[in-house]
Amino acid sequence: MSNVLSSQETAVHGVHDAHHEHHHHETFLTKYIFSQDHKMIAKQFLITGIIWAIIGGLFSVIFRFQLGYPDASFPWMEDLLGKWAPGGKLSPEFYYALVTMHGTVLVFFVLTAGLSGTFANFLIPLQIGARDMASPLLNMLSYWFFFLASVIMVASLFVQTGPASGGWTVYPPLSAIGDASIGSKIGMDLWLVSMAMFIVSSLLGGLNYITTILNMRTKGMSMTRMPLTIWALFFTAVLGVLSFPVLLSGAILLLFDRNLGTSFFLSDLIVAGKVLPNEGGSAILFQHLFWFLGHPEVYIILLPAMGMASEILSVNSRKPIFGYMAMVASLFAICILAFLVWAHHMFVTGLNPFLGSVFVLLTLLIAVPSAIKVFNWLTTLWRGNIRFTPGMLFAIGFVSLFISGGLTGIFLGNSALDIHLHDTYFVIAHFHIVMGVASFFGMYAGVYHWYPKMFGRYLNNTLAYIHFWVTLVGAYLIFWPMHYQGLAGVPRRYYDFSNWESFKQFNGLNEFISVVALVVFAVQLLFVFNFFYSIWKGRKVTDPNPWKSNTLEWTTPIRPGHGNWEGEIPEVHRWAYDYSKDGKDFIPQTEPVGADESKH
Amino acid sequence: MASTAIPAGTKWWSGGKSPFNASYGKIMMWYFLMSDAFTFGAFLISYGTIRFSVNHWPDPNYVFNAFPFAGHANLPLAFVSLMTFILIFSSVTMVLAVHEGHKMNRKGVEKYMILTILGGLAFLGCQAWEWTHLITGDHAVLVNGQIEKWGTTVTRNPFGPEVLHNGQMVSTPGPIAFGGYFFGITGFHGFHVFSGVVINIIMYIKTRLGHFDQRGHYEMIEKAGLYWHFVDLVWVFVFLCFYLI
Repeated sequence: MSNVLSSQETAVHGVHDAHHEHHHHETFLTKYIFSQDHKMIAKQFLITGIIWAIIGGLFSVIFRFQLGYPDASFPWMEDLLGKWAPGGKLSPEFYYALVTMHGTVLVFFVLTAGLSGTFANFLIPLQIGARDMASPLLNMLSYWFFFLASVIMVASLFVQTGPASGGWTVYPPLSAIGDASIGSKIGMDLWLVSMAMFIVSSLLGGLNYITTILNMRTKGMSMTRMPLTIWALFFTAVLGVLSFPVLLSGAILLLFDRNLGTSFFLSDLIVAGKVLPNEGGSAILFQHLFWFLGHPEVYIILLPAMGMASEILSVNSRKPIFGYMAMVASLFAICILAFLVWAHHMFVTGLNPFLGSVFVLLTLLIAVPSAIKVFNWLTTLWRGNIRFTPGMLFAIGFVSLFISGGLTGIFLGNSALDIHLHDTYFVIAHFHIVMGVASFFGMYAGVYHWYPKMFGRYLNNTLAYIHFWVTLVGAYLIFWPMHYQGLAGVPRRYYDFSNWESFKQFNGLNEFISVVALVVFAVQLLFVFNFFYSIWKGRKVTDPNPWKSNTLEWTTPIRPGHGNWEGEIPEVHRWAYDYSKDGKDFIPQTEPVGADESKH
Repeated sequence: MASTAIPAGTKWWSGGKSPFNASYGKIMMWYFLMSDAFTFGAFLISYGTIRFSVNHWPDPNYVFNAFPFAGHANLPLAFVSLMTFILIFSSVTMVLAVHEGHKMNRKGVEKYMILTILGGLAFLGCQAWEWTHLITGDHAVLVNGQIEKWGTTVTRNPFGPEVLHNGQMVSTPGPIAFGGYFFGITGFHGFHVFSGVVINIIMYIKTRLGHFDQRGHYEMIEKAGLYWHFVDLVWVFVFLCFYLI
């Protein structure tokens, strides 16, 4: 009824320009659901990402129960999982499904879509001075393809044979033959279709991010005046646009192998005593296709966190970022090297040893730009006037985790050492610290820092400090011991270690890790509570620039509408890092350069 | 939430300097094409990996020697040359359409868009015939000591090494990767051509309706043209990899 009325009104008054704004009322549907406002789309990505993070985290808690208490049974588990936990004991099949889905969900749905999707959408137009993304329509579609991918992935959890369970890397033949395992059936098809949708989403988003940064910058915002967040998000988008299509090719070929009887990745196989007709394919080929995405993916996850940490460290140290151009150059170097190191995931899958040594060299080269970044973060902090806001703490935590996780990368990048370390808990410890937890810390830093801009309210500080300390200490308590397990040879992806005499020494440690994991998960729920509670009940922001920051997003109204700035878009006259300069605490980018001002 | 509607007449890009001096739409198209090139690149490299790891591969001059209505005449690569010519010619008409667009000549754009669409449809028709011919073909293949009649599918390849059987040279089953990659990659390319035809039809309709005249420029035609030329370029590589090598 109200729709009819409003459309009649439009019909009557629609020709008058003066009434245009009055009739431009947004309905609930256009404002919150099918929104084309980059800020709303960012929030959609963030909230979907949070939901996925809870689901993905819950998976890990459940399989940690199995690893910590292999002999116990939990009645609640049967209530929750039904036939997948008969008698309250997790079934091996579902253990593998959980491990697979934990990886898939966290890597793609949380740390790719949830991280890039949120902060690229939110920060790019605000920080470069644009009213919206280059194409708001494609931007909206990007979210909805992500949503579709999410729906399909969730549906795969509920099919009778369970979700994909061949590991998040979905190597054939386990993923290519429906009869290979129970998780190789329809769940695997849904996984592939969901990922195809996900790739479309990431492509639409990435194209938007790149073109917006190149073309929509406000007057004076030259590339070298952009905040490092924008540089990082730019390289992230380039990585995504060029690496995801290769996974798409692999996924399409894999779908053909599964459903049309082709032999792209299959050759000479016997399953359950039956010789398969497939011949001539190569399972290693899939690994190449997968890791050509898979390795850049690590940086798709890391770079946004790096960019946000750079920005937040500088703002809260009240110091210019140290070595701005070196930071940009090292991001660029990482972006290039990311495409040239994929085979270090395959040192033991049958690679020419000479080729292996080339990949060792290229892999270890990444340590150079990474170290430049770390030293620049530390020198930015050095003698700064540090404010320990929750965002700042998480940014410092990110640097800490990046260092600890990065160092073990040097071990694993060595093809000789990798023979011993591959597929052990050492690998799990390495990548969880350096890309999993570190990126989460970058993401939390971003959420705490930009929450006032997103919702016009602050998150609760006390809860934030509890969240930070428990998560930081907990993350190290969970993953540090895994290094020792890995060095002792404990393999990853095993359901139960109790049959090995040599691994019995770790029974207590496994239980300890599981308990800490549960505590850390509970604290994340505290954050989720804080997040949603503060949207409605948080302390209101009264200062449009609460962190005394130089960047453009803080020149908008406290709760900016669609279009971001009420009047003209501000002009930019300087870079984003004039802190503690010429006796001034901070000089926003919009302030013209004075005649007697010193150079930065 | 304070609603700040965009004031009328606001320029969305009020300054700065674009490194490529191109509109966002064109840059987006270029990056999309780069992305798509990686998809095709991955397919073609996979094909190359497998093809050069098996000992025997069908001879394209023998596999692709048929021509519609020519019976059993041996015309190696004649039909695919015609297909290639049609597709490249449709690129020429696309260039002319873009050119007419620069001159703001709606009639000219319409004419050349029609020709481009027809070229795309003709190519798809040719591909349909070629696929049908391959799938329904009946080549004598020696399987377990018996002669069978096979077509080429994603699971069957009748063009294996020849052996002597009852005093006659007969094919044995060849590597089945041939059909998989051939149908997979030409199919993926055909899907691109099909999408291109759909895009071109939409562009034609928008031209007819005068949308671009109202807008004051024919840049959409140019962007569709970028896509169309890319699809042509990919065909050159597909042609090279499957028919010439």
